Amino acid sequence: MPETLKETTPDPTVEATAAPVPAAAAGKPRSLWSDAWHDLRRSPLFVVSAILIVFLLVMAVFPGLFTGADPRYADLAHHYLQKPKWGNFFQEDWFGYDIQGRSIYARVVYGARASIMVAVVVTVLVTVLGTVVGMLAGYFGGWIDTILSRVTDIFFGVPFILGAMVVLTSFAERHIWVVILALAFLGWTQIARVARGSVLTIKQADYVMAAKALGASTTRILLRHILPNAIAPVIVVATIALGGYISAEATLSFLGIGLAEPTVSWGVDISSGQEQLRNAAFVLIIPSVMVSITVLAFIMLGDAVRNALDPKLR
Amino acid sequence: MGRYVARRLLQMIPVFLGSTMLVFAMMYALPGDPVRALAGEQTVDPAQIAAMKHKLGLDLPLWHQYWNYLTGLFHWDFGTEIASGRPVADTIADAFPITIRLALFAFLFTVIVGISMGVFAGLKADTLRDRGLLILTLLLISVPSFVLGFLGQYLFAFQLGWVDPNVSAEANWSELFLPAVVLGSLSLAYVARLTRTSVAENLRADYMRTAVAKGLPRRRVVGVHLMRNSMIPVVTFLGTDLGALLGGAVVTEGIFNVQGVGRAVFGALQHREGATVVGIVTLIVIVYLVTSLLVDLLYAVLDPRIRYA
Repeated sequence: MPETLKETTPDPTVEATAAPVPAAAAGKPRSLWSDAWHDLRRSPLFVVSAILIVFLLVMAVFPGLFTGADPRYADLAHHYLQKPKWGNFFQEDWFGYDIQGRSIYARVVYGARASIMVAVVVTVLVTVLGTVVGMLAGYFGGWIDTILSRVTDIFFGVPFILGAMVVLTSFAERHIWVVILALAFLGWTQIARVARGSVLTIKQADYVMAAKALGASTTRILLRHILPNAIAPVIVVATIALGGYISAEATLSFLGIGLAEPTVSWGVDISSGQEQLRNAAFVLIIPSVMVSITVLAFIMLGDAVRNALDPKLR
Repeated sequence: MGRYVARRLLQMIPVFLGSTMLVFAMMYALPGDPVRALAGEQTVDPAQIAAMKHKLGLDLPLWHQYWNYLTGLFHWDFGTEIASGRPVADTIADAFPITIRLALFAFLFTVIVGISMGVFAGLKADTLRDRGLLILTLLLISVPSFVLGFLGQYLFAFQLGWVDPNVSAEANWSELFLPAVVLGSLSLAYVARLTRTSVAENLRADYMRTAVAKGLPRRRVVGVHLMRNSMIPVVTFLGTDLGALLGGAVVTEGIFNVQGVGRAVFGALQHREGATVVGIVTLIVIVYLVTSLLVDLLYAVLDPRIRYA
């Protein structure tokens, strides 16, 4: 998120709405986005969550940097449910071994990729789909709005985890893309509702009227005027939802209908760890802690971004 | 008011039809043939399978099956389970009360504890107790509910021995306490945060100053003036929450072995019992639709400025 915020060049149309805040140093008004970025850099919530997320992303992309151990190598003879050695930082036996004698530390490191990839791709998909649906419904109104809103209601009415369970059972092979599609298929409604509400208020703005009066095409109005001004609440909701998707993937894998072996993911490990809850709770607790830390990082980021974009809510 | 309710009820019809059709279509797109599965490893005459399917109406096109299902629903016929021949209505009648009890328990816990926590923190925004609550809710949101369930089970059942790890078939209120707390914890965090923000904002409102200046007792200022105005965002959230709790119960019921709809759906999915899955999801959708209507009507009670034409 910070990257996208930084790269957004100050847009004259954005400046018009973002009640110009006199910047102390530069002496000229900042746009909503650069103002938000200015606030964000000073927010401890943002700094902590950004560091955590960068760390987790590096882990997801280059797991080899963190461990030399193979997450799929199993040594039953020596390591069956061996207890963690908390002092051996970043060693293979740091978090102990699971029931098949595989290093839990290596599995936790390699599991980051599947969990984070599912969440990030689902979030991108639902944000694009939800924004398009919400924007069309909000801007055009009338029968387009009626149809799109009812379709949103229909998908919103189906319970999320239950619906995902039904979708996932219909696939014989639970590839990572199947899980992504199942979550995205049911998850876009929240973004669509937020985007629609946001567009409904933005389209009344004077600069939209002005653009229309000047003869701008509908596409231009939507992309240049409506979208940049309506996207802020969508970004906030999407960031917080990202944490939720990590949790959802883990839940589905835990139920045995999400990702499955040989994919290495936190949810898969939690699912296999539940069998030994009584005698070796660490097998379940360690990947659970990883899931929780990741969800926490994204929710904190979402909070920080919301505070920066909408100081009223602070 | 009457016209508004009527319009809302009419709007529910397409949503209800759409949701059930969506689940129906997904269910019938499932691979595997429940009729063929009845015979297990034995070889069966294809003619026999065809005859069986004809009897169950499974050879009809999808739209026709859906039509039969819908017309059945109007006289409480939820269809029949293929393997057992048991009416789905019976399975639902066994499982649904238990899940409703669990979800209501979780809902009450969410409302009472969540709102109290939110008011407690919101009255003293940006103090230590407010920060403490913020951290607690962040933790509750980040820990997935099934992890919380396992931790609760590990701590209170296996380590301390205060509760039984499994809930019996009767599922009485005391047994449901731990599952309900686990199920409600996520909503609890959201309710507490919404209440906190709303209370902290409304504390600065003019009517609050007026109420204090009139010399009203603090209990009345907070309990009536502040609460009534702060509840709208919370009530909005709670409206969709009961349906979500019913759906989320799938996970909690699995951990604590509660014999509710979660387990029924899970089993039905594995045995490709389409009618059971569609029936249960249909009921959850109805609960969701009705509660969201009730919430919209509650707005007018909380804020008399809101009128329904």
